[in-house]
Amino acid sequence: MKPPPFGYHGPATLGEALDVLAEAGPDGKVLAGGQSLIPLLNMRLAAPAHIVDVNRVPGLDGIEAGPSGVRVGALARHAAVERSPEAAAAQPLLRQALRLVAHPVIRNRGTVVGSLVHADPAAEMPAVLALLGGSVRLASRGGEREVPASEFFTGPMESALRPGELAVSAFFPALPRRSGTAFHEVARRHGDYAVAGVAAAVTLDEDLRIAAARVACVSVGPVPVVVDVTAACGPRPAASAGWEAAAEAVRDRIDPEGDIHATADYRRHLTGVLAARALRDAASAARGEES
Amino acid sequence: MTTRLFGEPVRRREDARLITGQGRYLDDLGGGALAAAFVRSPHAHARILDIDVSAALDVEGLVAIYTWEDLPGALAEPLPLLIPHPALTHGRTAYPLAREIVRHVGEPVVMVVARDRYLAEDACALIRVDYEILKPVVGIEEAVRGVHLVHEDVPGNIGAHLVQEVPGPGGLTAREAIDAAPHTLEFRLDVERSACTPLEGKGVYARWDADDGSLRVYSSTQTSTSVRMAIAAKLGLPLPKVEVIAPDVGGGFGVKIVHPWPEEVLVPWAARLLNREVKWTEDRREHFVSSSHERGQVQHVRAGFDDEGRVLGLEVEILHDHGAYTPYGIIVPIITSTQLLGPYKVGAYRVEFSSIYTNTVQVTPYRGAGRPQGVFCMERTMDRIAAHLGRDRTAVRAANFIQPHEFPYDQGMTFQDGRPLIYDSGDYPEALRMLKELIGWDSFPETKARAAAEGRRIGIGVGCYVEGTGVGPYEGGHVQVTSDGRVHVSTGLTSQGQGHETVFAQIAATELGVPIEKVSVVTGDTRRFGYAVGTFASRAAVMSGNAIALACRKVREKALRIAAEALEADPRDLEITDGMVHVAGVPSASIPLATVAVLSNPLRYAFDEEAKRATQFAGPASDDRPPVAEGEEPGLEGRDYYSPVRSTFAAGMHAAIVETDLDTAEIRILRYAVVHDCGKLINPMIVEGQIHGGVAQGVGGALYEKMVYDEHGQLLNASFMDFLMPYATEVPRIETAHLETPSPLNPLGIKGAGEAGVIPVSAVIASAVEDAEGITIARMPVSPSDLHHLRLER
Repeated sequence: MKPPPFGYHGPATLGEALDVLAEAGPDGKVLAGGQSLIPLLNMRLAAPAHIVDVNRVPGLDGIEAGPSGVRVGALARHAAVERSPEAAAAQPLLRQALRLVAHPVIRNRGTVVGSLVHADPAAEMPAVLALLGGSVRLASRGGEREVPASEFFTGPMESALRPGELAVSAFFPALPRRSGTAFHEVARRHGDYAVAGVAAAVTLDEDLRIAAARVACVSVGPVPVVVDVTAACGPRPAASAGWEAAAEAVRDRIDPEGDIHATADYRRHLTGVLAARALRDAASAARGEES
Repeated sequence: MTTRLFGEPVRRREDARLITGQGRYLDDLGGGALAAAFVRSPHAHARILDIDVSAALDVEGLVAIYTWEDLPGALAEPLPLLIPHPALTHGRTAYPLAREIVRHVGEPVVMVVARDRYLAEDACALIRVDYEILKPVVGIEEAVRGVHLVHEDVPGNIGAHLVQEVPGPGGLTAREAIDAAPHTLEFRLDVERSACTPLEGKGVYARWDADDGSLRVYSSTQTSTSVRMAIAAKLGLPLPKVEVIAPDVGGGFGVKIVHPWPEEVLVPWAARLLNREVKWTEDRREHFVSSSHERGQVQHVRAGFDDEGRVLGLEVEILHDHGAYTPYGIIVPIITSTQLLGPYKVGAYRVEFSSIYTNTVQVTPYRGAGRPQGVFCMERTMDRIAAHLGRDRTAVRAANFIQPHEFPYDQGMTFQDGRPLIYDSGDYPEALRMLKELIGWDSFPETKARAAAEGRRIGIGVGCYVEGTGVGPYEGGHVQVTSDGRVHVSTGLTSQGQGHETVFAQIAATELGVPIEKVSVVTGDTRRFGYAVGTFASRAAVMSGNAIALACRKVREKALRIAAEALEADPRDLEITDGMVHVAGVPSASIPLATVAVLSNPLRYAFDEEAKRATQFAGPASDDRPPVAEGEEPGLEGRDYYSPVRSTFAAGMHAAIVETDLDTAEIRILRYAVVHDCGKLINPMIVEGQIHGGVAQGVGGALYEKMVYDEHGQLLNASFMDFLMPYATEVPRIETAHLETPSPLNPLGIKGAGEAGVIPVSAVIASAVEDAEGITIARMPVSPSDLHHLRLER
């Protein structure tokens, strides 16, 4: 469990980092928090010729929260985002989800953007970005581009990031007034990747009826699966909303696989249960914001 | 008495060192040593056609590459079969490096030595081994069909077959008793594989001293003395030229009692050959695929019983998955079949097991060592009888208990140590009474109804076990009081976190009447104590604890004799308190134990102040008496051994309350209660710690851990990401009550406690989930996904 040989680069500026990545091309891999990359290296499951450690690059650890949402820099650690009151106020789902990400020591090192780029369909943060319709900003020597979540996650552990690009930040939009969010998951052990998990966002209209409801599901497809369940839920008051119908709608939309921890049938059942729970909690939160 | 420490919750003396990073584990040693790494088989069953190392030869820092063909003499022979048994008709062990055939993924094929581990692994990656794939045998059912063979000369893949039968009253066989019983039940049970998974894997570090022609080996082992003998034998070295030391060991749980591991002979061999220090530190993946597993069994049960639930006849047929090799014999299935009976007397009993080879990692004892499977079988049987009769589960158990007046109780079988299975003492009705009170058994129906009214589903479960502990043949202790008043205790068996530095010091301090601060304890170092068996089978406290007590008594007797002469008193009038020997009731007539130590050694040189002071006590030399009298030895020290006639039997009963989520099928343990009887407690805090750790591992076996092999013999979850060892968050708070039924077999009245906690947990959780759900639980572990499907099948 020792990594194969690789070239190490520790650029001091963003420009340097992009130069090194451009030269390395497909053989380059960015090291930020290292919580996924280092185990892959140690198990010799990944063997990039060049590791580009961006931890010394200034200006990448920002957490900018405003009325429109939260922009998280490439070096912002899970723990920093989780603990940021401004981020929690602008987009409560960040903190709700981050508390489910692994364990404190991993959150102290791991980065939100790194988790997005790693694109594990069992991870929480890709689901959050997908649910909120956020985006990832990719920089390269040739310039920058902003890729929406719907185009960013392309497959299990695969993203739209091209060789030579560095994900410099991600943007998590805020939700309209009278919105609420929740994240429910079942993991075999506390902090493990979820067997199934559902992030939900519910927006109420002025009469406190369901105006919009959607969920993003983890561990049940190659990428986070976003399902709009507005039709199944509403437009009814939350107390009489069709959560079970929404759960069924979610079960119909997903195509989970079985593995050593759970069967596909159980994952489908469980995702429905968690969708109903998350939607109910999100609706409560939406009402709470209004009151 | 101020120095009476036996029985007190003395804080662990080793913890300050261990939790502040001062521990010295195997990989902390030998910073400059060369590193070894291994090319291991990627196939479960294959013939090695060719090994091509040419690409690896260019790796910078490469020192040596070895295959089986390089191994000389005894090293080229299969590793020893440590515990032969007449029923093990087809025992098989591996070669240190594979010879022609590999029989499980992870079997070592090539050894590489390089300047560091990185380079050694780089070289491993460049070595090409060509294999002819053979048909793998995976799973007990596939193996017993015997279509494909793990060892071509072992028909039916059956390594061992053993039947033990205890007739009932009137000489009835179990079958006759069952057939004649008013009620009968027949069912099948499945227990999954798990493994010890100590946080520190194995490791070996060897230093060859060419000038001295001697070898010093450090190994993360549970038996340094036996590793030493194995190395001497395999390398053809005189025993006095080999020393083996177990440094701080980060857990063992059984896997490190197996010896010698291939690396334990290969690393010292390479160190001698290269005349360089060589170290190998096992990594986690290596540990999963090349150490040992345990637990996997299929059991077929038939029981006959009366209206009270008394078992009149019991037949159990066990298929035991032994993996690819049997280096540790058939200890595990023997323990399952003998300890299955627990605290019960059954009318007639027949148990039959077959030990089955499969192309998977070998099976050797893991904490509990076959008992969790046996207890799962017996306790599932008790619950099924209760359900069949509509009786309370604890009432059925009580109806079958051996009663306190029936000890010693002969179960009529042969135990793992080859001795009769005779329980020495116990009080099972009292233990059950205490447990029911602790968990609130009798009021649980109301608790359950209240939960149901809130829309919650909860259940209660119970499980009982008896554990043969302190298995022989012997351990020894050496105690030396030096002229500075310090007491040096050593014993040959090893420590891997149990707290021996504390409990052995408590025993010595109590026996000798010295402050515990004066006592130091060394374990597992063959330079200090050469004769030992090892730390396993809940035996360290019983065996070495008693041996150290006996050695202390020799020292005390000698100290009193010397002090009596110096004080001109009768030894029978003397006491030792706080390190001072004094006449009882006359504190002024005293002499420090340190001074007694000086007097015990008639050395002519006064090398320090203590030696000078001692001269004031020296009696007039007698011209016609030698300075060291016949039968005497210089020095205030004693050595003694404890060798019991048979094992001593600890017992315990656990109960749990679980909640099952109506929708997600998650299982949560709300309460966990333990009543534990290991005879006299040396240190109740350490016993509770042992119970906590055991229960934690038991929770793993009940709800989380399994080794998932695919049909090709690939272990799919060889990491802590997918092998679900429970975290602290998954382990409930554990409520403990102690019952002390002293053992009549040893001077201290103690029984073992090391394995106890793990033994009944699967049975207890199964019982509780079954109670909550009303679904029969017949296999463990049970996951939320499993429970979901059990609900659907209902």
